[in-house]
Amino acid sequence: MADPLLRLEGVHTHIGQYHILQGVDFTVPEGGITMLLGRNGAGKTTALRTIMGLWRPSRGAITFDGRAIGGVATPDIALAGIAYVPETMAVFSDLTVEENLILAARSGPIDPRRRDWIFSFFPAMQRFWHAPAGVLSGGQKQMLAISRAIIEKRRLILIDEPTKGLAPAIIEGMISAFRELKHEATILMVEQNFRFAAALGDTVAVMDDGHIVHRGKMADLAADEKLQTRLLGLALDQHQ
Amino acid sequence: MQNGDAMISALLSHDLPKSKVLAALLGLILLGLALAPFLFPGAAAINTAAKICIFIVLVASYDILLGYTGIVSFAHTMFFGIGGYGVGLSLYFLGATWPIVALGIVVALILGVALAFIIGLVSLRVKAIFFAMITLAVASAFLILATQLSALTGGEDGRSFRVPELIRPATKLLETPVFGLEITGRVAAYYLIFFAALALFLVALRLVNSCFGRVLQAIRENELRAEALGYRVVYYRTLASCLSAALAVAAGCLSALWLRYTGPETTLSFAIMLDVLLMVVIGGMGTLYGAVIGTTLFVLAQNYLQKLMGIASAATEGIPLLPRLLHPDRWLLLLGILFVLSVYFFPTGIAGRLAGPPRKEESQR
Repeated sequence: MADPLLRLEGVHTHIGQYHILQGVDFTVPEGGITMLLGRNGAGKTTALRTIMGLWRPSRGAITFDGRAIGGVATPDIALAGIAYVPETMAVFSDLTVEENLILAARSGPIDPRRRDWIFSFFPAMQRFWHAPAGVLSGGQKQMLAISRAIIEKRRLILIDEPTKGLAPAIIEGMISAFRELKHEATILMVEQNFRFAAALGDTVAVMDDGHIVHRGKMADLAADEKLQTRLLGLALDQHQ
Repeated sequence: MQNGDAMISALLSHDLPKSKVLAALLGLILLGLALAPFLFPGAAAINTAAKICIFIVLVASYDILLGYTGIVSFAHTMFFGIGGYGVGLSLYFLGATWPIVALGIVVALILGVALAFIIGLVSLRVKAIFFAMITLAVASAFLILATQLSALTGGEDGRSFRVPELIRPATKLLETPVFGLEITGRVAAYYLIFFAALALFLVALRLVNSCFGRVLQAIRENELRAEALGYRVVYYRTLASCLSAALAVAAGCLSALWLRYTGPETTLSFAIMLDVLLMVVIGGMGTLYGAVIGTTLFVLAQNYLQKLMGIASAATEGIPLLPRLLHPDRWLLLLGILFVLSVYFFPTGIAGRLAGPPRKEESQR
């Protein structure tokens, strides 16, 4: 079996006096989408932020592509090929859509073919190319945040709840986009919408109270209602 | 015509004023400053115009820090002072020639940028309020140093010095007046200041509209997001501090050449720092055109409000209370009220207000 692209071993993270991650172990295989699921407050977002270097792990090892990145500065992690899409529709509001993407293209000018490829599944980006990102709707901001992560080829993309607060029609569009994206990048995605996760995920890790409590194939979890109820509190047919 | 428009757009780094009123106001100020010696005769008027030119550069440089990068610094006049003392002391001790002016500028730039680099590297990692406090302490120390080293700096009295002959007031450059104006070294000095300020302003505009400027804006908005894109925040903030300091040093050099004097009151005082802060806020933070408008209004108010109040006081003599309220001695009170009103009615500054909010349909491709 090939080495995983990302490996977390016994990772602990403290935020102030709170011990959020309490020995997280999981791997992300190269290619496809790994879903990180769990109840609210389980530590999913902290796990992504710790991988990205936004929180420093207090113990444990994080290895990306064979290189230890635990405690490495965030810009170095980004330059190593990891992109991060936070859950807060994190765009630079005063800059235009174009400028947001220019900033994200670190290796040089934006490749027009790459830009057109993004336009093909996020047409709003083309329409609002010269508009300040602050005027975009919530869904469009989320599309821009994702576009920023994919404007260049990355090894790994960390995405935190991309469907949060979005209309069902936009979510359907995002499913198609991510199906295309997963052919060229490995994705680790935190998601609350189980239907969305089940439609996209290849592998899954479930967190609870700062630990990983389940690892396996997404299809197996989607097919096992009892397991869903035990791990997540609700079965698939009861989810949104 | 199209070529002309393209050239203006390129000169302004494609950052054209966002409304016609703003463009007209900026055009009026540019025209007024360009023709000031001809339009407004007298020493006071040309002094005011030169001060506006110099302060536009100083305020624009501060806006790169405050408006574009979100760094609050109280040490900005220190760099202005370094420029003033650099040129002033060089001319005082080494003689009034152009190579000495150049030497003074280079020495001041090196010192100013090195100091900005050290302050930035040491203190830009800390929270904004602590950085502001550190800069306040450094600026105070520099002010005391400049005052105490009287053998070198002239202490509180400062230094008066001669400037190169071309820009000395007594120098007569043309035998016959042009449009009724005698072309003396003073006029030459004014145009030296005007064109240098214009060039420096365009450099600043190019800077904020470059990719570097966009990174600064991204850092101001959310530094963690900028870091997650791979930008080293401390590096960019330190570089912004150095560039902003270099522009402030240049403004200080121009000030020394114009005043033929340099001293703590004209370059290093905290009153100037406060004026700069007000000019940025009134004009509008995060838009260099705001620096032009804020500076012009502020300097005009500082120089002419007292006279205007005298006229208004005399005109309202028959009315109870008003003449006393408008007495020229109360000009600072009225200036304060005007600032409070301008900040209340123009929270994004005058340039920000005139540019207006971006309209969605307008900005679509």
